[in-house]
Amino acid sequence: MSNMIPAYLRQDGRKGIRNVIVVAYLVECAHHVARQIVTRANHPDIQLIGFPGCYPNDYALKIMKRLGTHPNVAGALLVSLGCESFNRKALREEIENSGRPVNNLIIQQTGGTRSTIDAGLEWVLETQASSAKQPTVDMNVDELVVATICGGSDGTSGISANPAVGRSFDKLLEQGATCIFEETGELIGCEQIMSERAITADLGKEITSAVNKAESYYSKMGYGSFAPGNADGGLSTIEEKSIGAYMKSGASPISGLIKPGDIPPKGGLYLMDVVPDGEPQFGFPNINDNAEIVEMIASGAHLTLFTTGRGSVVGSAISPVIKICGNPETFENLSEDMDINAGKIMLGEASLDSVGEEIYNKVIAVAKGEPSKSEALGHQEFILTYKQFEAIGPSCLPIR
Amino acid sequence: MNLDKRLISLSSKDNVLVCCRQIPMNEAVEINGTSVTMPLTINVGHKIARQAIAEGELIVRCGMPIGSATSPIALGAHVHSHNIKSDYTASHDRNATQSEQ
Repeated sequence: MSNMIPAYLRQDGRKGIRNVIVVAYLVECAHHVARQIVTRANHPDIQLIGFPGCYPNDYALKIMKRLGTHPNVAGALLVSLGCESFNRKALREEIENSGRPVNNLIIQQTGGTRSTIDAGLEWVLETQASSAKQPTVDMNVDELVVATICGGSDGTSGISANPAVGRSFDKLLEQGATCIFEETGELIGCEQIMSERAITADLGKEITSAVNKAESYYSKMGYGSFAPGNADGGLSTIEEKSIGAYMKSGASPISGLIKPGDIPPKGGLYLMDVVPDGEPQFGFPNINDNAEIVEMIASGAHLTLFTTGRGSVVGSAISPVIKICGNPETFENLSEDMDINAGKIMLGEASLDSVGEEIYNKVIAVAKGEPSKSEALGHQEFILTYKQFEAIGPSCLPIR
Repeated sequence: MNLDKRLISLSSKDNVLVCCRQIPMNEAVEINGTSVTMPLTINVGHKIARQAIAEGELIVRCGMPIGSATSPIALGAHVHSHNIKSDYTASHDRNATQSEQ
């Protein structure tokens, strides 16, 4: 079986494995209109994203720019109410300069709800139809960006699904792909072992301080990144959850530390620091798993490997999500949502290597166009909220 | 050592074993040659003590510390949030409120 992936070439040289038109509301007041456009279009390649706030936020603008110019995105319709603070001009220009079709409908200037829905629907259908004609080019595995996240973890995740994803990461990295793992708040206790894997000592120090920042931030919030369901599933402490979460990163050297929306250099393993800088200002770092998936997509992820023990069903707009289930009982219960059964490892029926191989093959198949389970079920969860970040330091990306 | 098939030892340094197949209440498992009857059902992903653990002792899973014992734990006992705590940020349950923090 050839590993060559049919893909869509973008002006910046990156290639997409999907060809999605995004409809983005730029304030909650435009959400209904944007959702109606997507619902009526009823097409898997027309998807809803958006930002609800009416106050400006540099982070949200950066993430929306990265999403609008994501390799899996072919064009964008921006839906404004008209009076919100979101810098629609900057977002539109960024997408326009990337060579993609873009349109901005302003409800207050388009005659209201019905007229804007009609105008938007016409535009997205036409744009989707013409983007569907774009010929594909060959894409190699080394051009793929693959992210990983765990959600609904239990006592099995860290033994089965997470280390199996780690094996698949090692194989992808061997072939030159780019891999991203994240949630420094769920890596508390693993800072030393991670910093030893960093390609330079200075990067190691940056990783340690990112985890220390996460611990201090969560302490101020009063809750660790630990849900009651984690405890139901046998996890007792954040350190225990962390050790399991850490297993997703595999055994390869860590090439850099990025923040949400930073596009990593081609090839290598990157840790994403998702915890805001400075004193807590807007609440919890990521209010749920979907916020983290959005951030990794903004950093260019073509697809996300989502490990679970309790069983999560979410997918995502823009980039497919592949579910790897670590708990054999959950896999039985939720098989319609799970792509890979890593629970076989718990029962001694499969090895980490064989499931790692299975995950790798699924990555290639989904990259080639096979829908993942959540994708086929129509899951397109999306959330973006307020955050603040400083730029990464010079030691964070030793090889640019 | 022949370990019960419903339990996994993740590292020889560990003082806990992880359940990989549910162990129903009142069933016995053999740990280090001692037969222990389970006073409650142990679900997949949960831990039981491989040896007696003293109060304050580190709990080691996968060769790494995951917290410390808040009370003495007997061989074979369920090891969870009722008898161990985080040495970083405390875990919370569904009854947690902001004012408690």
